[in-house]
Amino acid sequence: MSNGKKIIYTPVKDDSVLEELRVGDVIYLTGIVVTARDEAHKRVIEENIPPPIDLKGLALFHAGPIMVKTGDSWQCIAIGPTTSVRMEYYEDKFIEKTGIKIIIGKGGMGPRTAEACRKHKVIYTIFPGGCGVLGASRIVKVRGVEWPDLGMPEALWILEVKEFGPLIVTIDTRGENLTEKTLEQIKILKEKVRREAVEKVQLH
Amino acid sequence: MEETKSRLVQILLSFIKTTAIKLPDDVLIKFRELMSAESSSYGKFIYEAMMENINLALIRNAPVCQDTGILEFFVKLGENFPYKSLLLSAIKDATIEATKKGYLRPNVVDPVTGKNTGNNTGPKLPWIEVELEPNVDYADVVLYLAGGGSSRPGRAIVIDPAKGWRGLVEFVVDTIAEYGPPACPPIVVGIGVGPTAEIAASLSKKALLRPLGSRSSEPFIAKLEESLEKDLNKLNIGPQGLGGSTGVIAVHIEYAGRHPATFAVGVSTACWALRKGWIRIKSNLSYELLSHSGGLIE
Repeated sequence: MSNGKKIIYTPVKDDSVLEELRVGDVIYLTGIVVTARDEAHKRVIEENIPPPIDLKGLALFHAGPIMVKTGDSWQCIAIGPTTSVRMEYYEDKFIEKTGIKIIIGKGGMGPRTAEACRKHKVIYTIFPGGCGVLGASRIVKVRGVEWPDLGMPEALWILEVKEFGPLIVTIDTRGENLTEKTLEQIKILKEKVRREAVEKVQLH
Repeated sequence: MEETKSRLVQILLSFIKTTAIKLPDDVLIKFRELMSAESSSYGKFIYEAMMENINLALIRNAPVCQDTGILEFFVKLGENFPYKSLLLSAIKDATIEATKKGYLRPNVVDPVTGKNTGNNTGPKLPWIEVELEPNVDYADVVLYLAGGGSSRPGRAIVIDPAKGWRGLVEFVVDTIAEYGPPACPPIVVGIGVGPTAEIAASLSKKALLRPLGSRSSEPFIAKLEESLEKDLNKLNIGPQGLGGSTGVIAVHIEYAGRHPATFAVGVSTACWALRKGWIRIKSNLSYELLSHSGGLIE
């Protein structure tokens, strides 16, 4: 803990650190985070090309940053999460293949990812969407970039972060899925909302 | 000629930069209202992070969100504005320049090659819609940054007139319940009504860009906007889809006449960081920024 913040360090070496966490907990991350989204997932899973760096124990960030190169080094201007559910097709296999331990994204993920989180002791967290500058302000250093041919948003950016967050845990290592519960609740509410909204419409 | 063009590019470059960095006045006002209205614990906490981000963007002169979207320009060319075609080519140049300078993330992917073009231009992009405005000598440029996550719920449908407005309400509730939560709520919902899918879709974008806090001048529509706003918030989507009473910022509806046999409905959504700008460029190449107080960020 630092200033009352719960900090998790990557690479994660001991699963028990993650196993203590429950959905709804708010954490901050210090260590190495690697970005990968649609194209990188596709390359690893569908094209069966291993990632160019060892991702074991690291955090995976569903994000496409804005980076500017000055001299030999990259500077991150803005970085925030992209909609994670697009990666639902690949994520369980990606977790199994790479050994990543923490996922950062937005909007939550589905039952397949939740099951993989349970099986491999992984957590999924939400960083508030649209907060690109807040994200960039927590990056200490851009360590490098892999697969730049995928373009700036889709490449693998290797980032050193300090107290990156706030991150809300929405899937824990028991496979509890906060988003799934919220979505189920919305589904139930939808029937009533739709009925009431339709009744209000006065026809000409 | 060259000098005029470079002046136009300069103005548009600052305009794009300002739109990416700073939220417009109407969005900021509404954001503060929602922030104080939200009572869920995650909600309050998320609004605080968003507020910190809004302020950091201004301090660091950095785009408020890394997804600076696809650039959509809606241009009203005054009939007597002397630089009509020059302005249109300056828009493209300024887009490329703004990407080079890091104010925009390169987002345009050619769907045929699957490659990112690297400069935010590509087949038919940036998107530029032009209207002619009779009897004036200025040009109005409206820019919307269409992010990926917030464009994802976009839908259009042609329903049978028997279902009409009731069918519209069902379609909107279903669309927002299913696709709203991961689209970076609180969201703005734009609805278009018309004879065909593409007219309804196009009007839904116009609805999205209407000033927040405005209501349709047609009382039936104004009432529907208001009641849909309340009803959609009963879905308890909340900020970032984690539950709460402020998942929907506003509902706007724009409409055109329809065909006796069709009732087309389009839906577009914008995320909480609704980045839009409106600038008026005059014949003497001076300008007026109408969307943001405090002028352009140079």
